Amino acid sequence: MSENPVVQESPVVLEAIDLRKHYAIRQGLMKPLATLRALDGVSFRLEAGKTLAVVGESGCGKSTLARSVTMIEPPTSGHLLYDGRDVVGRSPAELKELRRTVQMVFQNPYGSLNPRKTVGALLAEPLVVNTDLPARERRERALAMMAKVGLRGDQIDRYPHMFSGGQRQRIAIARALMLNPRVVVADEPVSALDVSIQAQVLNLMMDLQEELGLAYLFISHDLGVVRHIADAVMVMYLGRPVEHGPKEVVFARPRHPYTRILMAATPRVNPDLRGERVVPKGELPSPLNPPPGCPFHRRCPHARENCAVDVPALRDVDGRLVACHYAEEMA
Amino acid sequence: MPLLDIRNLSVEFTTRAGTFRAVDGIDLSVDEGEVVGIVGESGSGKSVTSLAVMGLIPAPGRVVADRMSFAGTDLRTLDRGARRKITGKDVAMVFQEPMSSLNPCFTVGFQIMETLKVHERLSGRALKRRAVELLEQVGIPAPESRLSSFPHQLSGGMNQRVMIAIAIACNPRLLIADEPTTALDVTIQKQILDLLVRLQKERGMALILITHDMGVVAETAHRVVVMYAGQKVEERRASDLFARPQHPYTGALLDALPERALGKSRLPTIPGVVPGIGDRPQGCLFNPRCRFAKADCRTLRPPLFPDPEGEARCYYPLGGDMWGAPE
Repeated sequence: MSENPVVQESPVVLEAIDLRKHYAIRQGLMKPLATLRALDGVSFRLEAGKTLAVVGESGCGKSTLARSVTMIEPPTSGHLLYDGRDVVGRSPAELKELRRTVQMVFQNPYGSLNPRKTVGALLAEPLVVNTDLPARERRERALAMMAKVGLRGDQIDRYPHMFSGGQRQRIAIARALMLNPRVVVADEPVSALDVSIQAQVLNLMMDLQEELGLAYLFISHDLGVVRHIADAVMVMYLGRPVEHGPKEVVFARPRHPYTRILMAATPRVNPDLRGERVVPKGELPSPLNPPPGCPFHRRCPHARENCAVDVPALRDVDGRLVACHYAEEMA
Repeated sequence: MPLLDIRNLSVEFTTRAGTFRAVDGIDLSVDEGEVVGIVGESGSGKSVTSLAVMGLIPAPGRVVADRMSFAGTDLRTLDRGARRKITGKDVAMVFQEPMSSLNPCFTVGFQIMETLKVHERLSGRALKRRAVELLEQVGIPAPESRLSSFPHQLSGGMNQRVMIAIAIACNPRLLIADEPTTALDVTIQKQILDLLVRLQKERGMALILITHDMGVVAETAHRVVVMYAGQKVEERRASDLFARPQHPYTGALLDALPERALGKSRLPTIPGVVPGIGDRPQGCLFNPRCRFAKADCRTLRPPLFPDPEGEARCYYPLGGDMWGAPE
């Protein structure tokens, strides 16, 4: 894929450095514009063949992160490096080329596939836009990709409505892979699927990752799924990472109160796995009007006086990054 | 006598393609103060079952049952007026999407008071006081000022609390919650489930919790009914079901949960999909997807076999013959 020989040596395909995305929001005719800090300083590295899971609830900035990483929207500030090449400040032609390295799979396969196009046309579309392959070659590649994601070749002329939810998500994954991306951003790819189908799609994603060396940015609210598929986890709250580290470390001993609450709130089948019975208090705050100090302090069971004033910085505690003044005490 | 007693309930829809049985001979009983979970994937008939209980199946749907009684009243023979006195009062329902179940054109207060006016004949100050009290009970801060809010001004979690407030307004004896937390964030889901369980305990209300989330039923239900393609395939106490599932479908559903497969290995899957209108198989409805299916599973449709802990619709249950009799 890449023309740069140095690239092969570095396993880091994607690096985000202090990524920020702010939106100006009109609150009323005569009122001044407000700033919505949807993404407020996110840094991470993603290696080939690895999965970074981004976890968080509504308004935490995970979808904005997906839009920034896929270059749908440029970040307000910060850097985004694909194979060491910064996307900030590139010309439109260069951006078009760079966009091929990252593709996206959306949550709802009922909404993300054009109902008026056949599977063949859906899969060939990225090739029509980005390459000058002839029609026959495009169809062959579509057929090869269908086989790869477990769809029968004779289904190529069918329309999305003729498939089940799980099959549609396979089509969406196949379409994302048509341009041989190195990074796939998957935004809640299995949350709309039934349990039995969810397992099929997760397995497929893991098989494809192994075979193609794909890096996944896997956005999910389901900690069970994350624990299964991720190598590293980043928990976000109101646009900022609050805990970020290797999966084993974070799950074995979460250090941020929010991570702990998320884990305790996840319903478990196995009674031994159920965490402490903490009932999370309060609503998710509006990102337009975040609380001062630690953004989580109003819902935090461990909050003290200075939490309402001092913004905790992300720091290394016990093998992971965590943004809490009292991370050492969480055990 | 159980509070809700249903025998052999079927719901059929006649379409141009033929007659489709969305629910196929379900028995369901719920005792006073009991939490019963109904689990199943999309298309298993769990929501249609609850709509049938509420009397909300629209034409051309047909509801047939050998028995369908609520607190001793036969629901099948009631006329519309009498039925409406029960529905919304003694039996209430909470739906999945609070945003689409509440009317966007009316304030939250209006929608709560509407129920109270119809069923409790409250008016004036008593009406308002009761509405505030209800909002308080479901944990809405500053309830007085919230009465004049419209649904779009509240978050999803707050709207679901409003839905619950409406449902419990007339002190129902049975509350049916159909995927009450599916559209909500995890921490809010936890709050809503805790709220439902608290109300259920405080009021001794029976609760039917319909969900596809095994974790949610495991944590809240006393007894669980597993549905597949319109049929009940297994029923037993929650602790027994999750410790010793008997039907291969229940077992496979539990195995497919990432929670059970730690480490970066592949998850056990159930091949294929739930059969739809035109492709119900011969024999056991689960046989094309079952790892253990034998020849008779492909030709004979198994009935529900009772065992010491519950019942399972399978000739070859996972735990073998639980009665302990020699084969």
